[in-house]
Amino acid sequence: MTGITVARRAGAGTIRRAGLGPLGTAAAGVVVVAVVLAVLGPALSPADPNASDFASAYAPPAPGHPLGFDGQGRDLLARLLEGARTSLLGPLLVVALSMAAGTALAIAAAWAGGWLDAAVSAALEVVFAFPGVLLAMLVAAVFGPGLGAAVVALAVAYVPYIARLLRGAALAERGKPYVRALEVQGAGALAICLRHLVPNLLPLIAAQATLFFGYAMVDLAIVSFFGLGVQPPDADWGVMVASGRSGVLQGYPAEALLAGGCVVVLVVAFNVLGERLPGAAGAGGRPWRRTGLRTGRRTGRRGGAA
Amino acid sequence: MNASLLDVEGLTVFLPVEGEERPVLRDVSLSIAAGEAVGLVGESGSGKSMTARAIVRLLPPGARTEGVIRYRGEDVGSLRGAALRALRTDVAMVFQDPRAHVNPVRTVGDFLTEGLRTHRRLSRRAAEERAVRVLDEVGIAAGARRLRQYPHELSGGLLQRVMIAAALLAEPRLLLADEPTTALDVTTQAEVMALLDELRRERELALLFITHDLELAAAVCDRTAVMYAGRVMEVRASALLHDDPLHPYTAALAAARPSLARRADRLPATPGRPLSAFEAPPGCAFGPRCAHARDACHERRPELLPLAGGQAACARAEELRGLLRDRNGKPVVSHDHA
Amino acid sequence: MTTPDPRGPVLEVEGLRKTFGDVVAVAGVDLTLHAGGALAVVGESGSGKTTVARMIVGLERPAAGRITACGRDRSRPARSARERRRRGGEVQIVFQDPYSSLDPRQSPASAVEEVLRLHTSLDAAGRRGRVAELAGLVGLDERQMAAAPSRLSGGQRQRVAIARALAAEPRVLILDESVAALDVSIQAQVLNVLADVRERTGVAYLFISHDLAVVRQVTDDVVVMRGGAIVERGPTARVLDAPAHPYTRLLRESVPRPGWRPARRALRTGQDDELKESR
Repeated sequence: MTGITVARRAGAGTIRRAGLGPLGTAAAGVVVVAVVLAVLGPALSPADPNASDFASAYAPPAPGHPLGFDGQGRDLLARLLEGARTSLLGPLLVVALSMAAGTALAIAAAWAGGWLDAAVSAALEVVFAFPGVLLAMLVAAVFGPGLGAAVVALAVAYVPYIARLLRGAALAERGKPYVRALEVQGAGALAICLRHLVPNLLPLIAAQATLFFGYAMVDLAIVSFFGLGVQPPDADWGVMVASGRSGVLQGYPAEALLAGGCVVVLVVAFNVLGERLPGAAGAGGRPWRRTGLRTGRRTGRRGGAA
Repeated sequence: MNASLLDVEGLTVFLPVEGEERPVLRDVSLSIAAGEAVGLVGESGSGKSMTARAIVRLLPPGARTEGVIRYRGEDVGSLRGAALRALRTDVAMVFQDPRAHVNPVRTVGDFLTEGLRTHRRLSRRAAEERAVRVLDEVGIAAGARRLRQYPHELSGGLLQRVMIAAALLAEPRLLLADEPTTALDVTTQAEVMALLDELRRERELALLFITHDLELAAAVCDRTAVMYAGRVMEVRASALLHDDPLHPYTAALAAARPSLARRADRLPATPGRPLSAFEAPPGCAFGPRCAHARDACHERRPELLPLAGGQAACARAEELRGLLRDRNGKPVVSHDHA
Repeated sequence: MTTPDPRGPVLEVEGLRKTFGDVVAVAGVDLTLHAGGALAVVGESGSGKTTVARMIVGLERPAAGRITACGRDRSRPARSARERRRRGGEVQIVFQDPYSSLDPRQSPASAVEEVLRLHTSLDAAGRRGRVAELAGLVGLDERQMAAAPSRLSGGQRQRVAIARALAAEPRVLILDESVAALDVSIQAQVLNVLADVRERTGVAYLFISHDLAVVRQVTDDVVVMRGGAIVERGPTARVLDAPAHPYTRLLRESVPRPGWRPARRALRTGQDDELKESR
């Protein structure tokens, strides 16, 4: 035998085997389309989203303006596309922040155990008491409205949910013989966590991130709706629902319905997707799961069985 | 052999795995006479547990079955409703992990008397009296106290005896025991085995004893069937299995197990690993690992044919007879390990 | 493996104790394992044998007693990263369950290489060569070493776990029921690998097992544990052929073998179970 190819990471079966099913695939399609539109938005936009022309207030669709205009005569399609950016970017930041913090806390607590675990759990219990939207509004009231404050507040509010779930999975992973073997080898805790624990929890983290993206979208839309998140005249779906309220009363529901519809469709898509990702079933870390027929048989004290 | 209690003929079972049908059993034939104890021995993927499940129609959903299983002359596959329930009381099953088969929040008494009270309409008092009698029979003293206990209060060996008691309460004619001692300590295993042996003699109970341990099967069974890759390789009187095996696989299995009495320089280990039925090549399933295989073995699948009072599925069984053991009485198999 | 003192003790355990709450898991255990030797710790569930192993490798902290490996005390947790690595280079362990003994996302070659990176100053080419050597030692080929763990059988995974443990060039390898979950034909292969490895590397085995026949095949000496304490010790052949303690005799009589008839001992009184429950 002359040298062995050291495959750094064996295989990429995780996603390929995901098996999202028709509904999950459709949801993934919706998400992809939304992201593409958000990224390319300005390029596709038929008009300046902030250019108002009071002459065309609430005007119906016209050539070059397929969705018509809002109460201030701004092109609705342009505003929806522009709004897609903030409406997706906000949740993305919330999820990234809360996932990073939640994962770090969960793994630290699970690894160290003892007083650190108890302290983290106690601190999280306190944060649990605050609903995300309420916390975001409180923060906005203190620091002034804006997307940044709302994002940070929501991220903080989500951390306990994420940390609690991942802590259990991390604890299970930590007790596995391969992790114990690395400890006995003398490998450092940080190296083991970064190189082994986190990658094996990744399917679970991804599934949770997707679900929480949906929650964050709704929560941020609510915050913006109340005028404490994204500030007008910037386009955001939550802001559009709020500014479209007066239109609804006057018999022009297009703005509120379109913006609200976008939120609903995407949130449903993220939920459907999150529940179908491979890690969603529970504690992750077994992306290859043996395809054998035996289910949950005891790794017996004496020998194998069929 | 006199009239069979159970007859399995040409049993083939397919299970759906990731959208495709995979065989787990191939052409399994087996019979058990009333009061007879038959061992079913094999390694992982041999299909021994699946055979037992097929007998009581407890296969996973989506399973497709070919062949016939007759219990007391009746086709098990055609049983419905009450007839199927009757089969499942007449054929009782004991599993490897007793804890997975009891409800942890109900007492031993609830577990034991439920069937008696709902199906046989016994009063609570009468049902408990019967349960205590059967507990005594499986060697559990102070049964009345045990009935008030919860499963987690009992050791594994004790709980397995409760499971055996539960199986006996239905007064079965056939007991299917699927690795009932595998999760137990050796000393506890010896006791449970002694108990099974005694009970089946006293009650004239037929027994299908499933295990990976050739010697364990031989200790309580009249005949032993050896399975590999979803097929029966050999059926033989247990007393002859170790000293006069008919199939090279049986010989290899016996030889691979270290001896309590002496240390071998190297164990005669069969190369490769046990295959599942769906992985088996077209010829003899054991062919690729067999030290005695010839070209013909890889081409045609040998049938299970009568030989020397037993049966063997080996094209060379007759010519190899007696050669599967060397001068020292040790089975001959190749010595490399890959 | 370069160490002086070829036949001296590589592992000494004195008065080792461990309690979990009110339960005494290990009640004063003394062991000595000599360089290149093979010592079995035999016992049933609850005997404390696995707890002893876990204390020796530092996964469990002793309540009392001394553990010395290669002349250095390891009764207390390691203080520094260097100390941790050094201990890793002295005593290694292979666990029972083959299915979780490997990171499901890491190829065997990568797992072994990771240990080499930790314990040696070999360059990439040197590590590759050493991975190949270790693979050869445990009987795995190049393809298997590059495969996803899920594509390997239980026996192959245990070989990888053995190769990974040996990559640290330990003087002592603890095998904690490492062959118990394997099929008979696979178990025989791995037992042969263990014999080869000991012959070629001179590593000493502490072999934790409940299986007397396997113990006879692998070890030279044995201690028999019951209820956290050692009830009998001696050369494996002597202890198994002429057990002195009644419990060792019972263990031996309970092993299925040709012509064996299971005995229904003390069953009616249920004494033994009462004893087990009270622990």
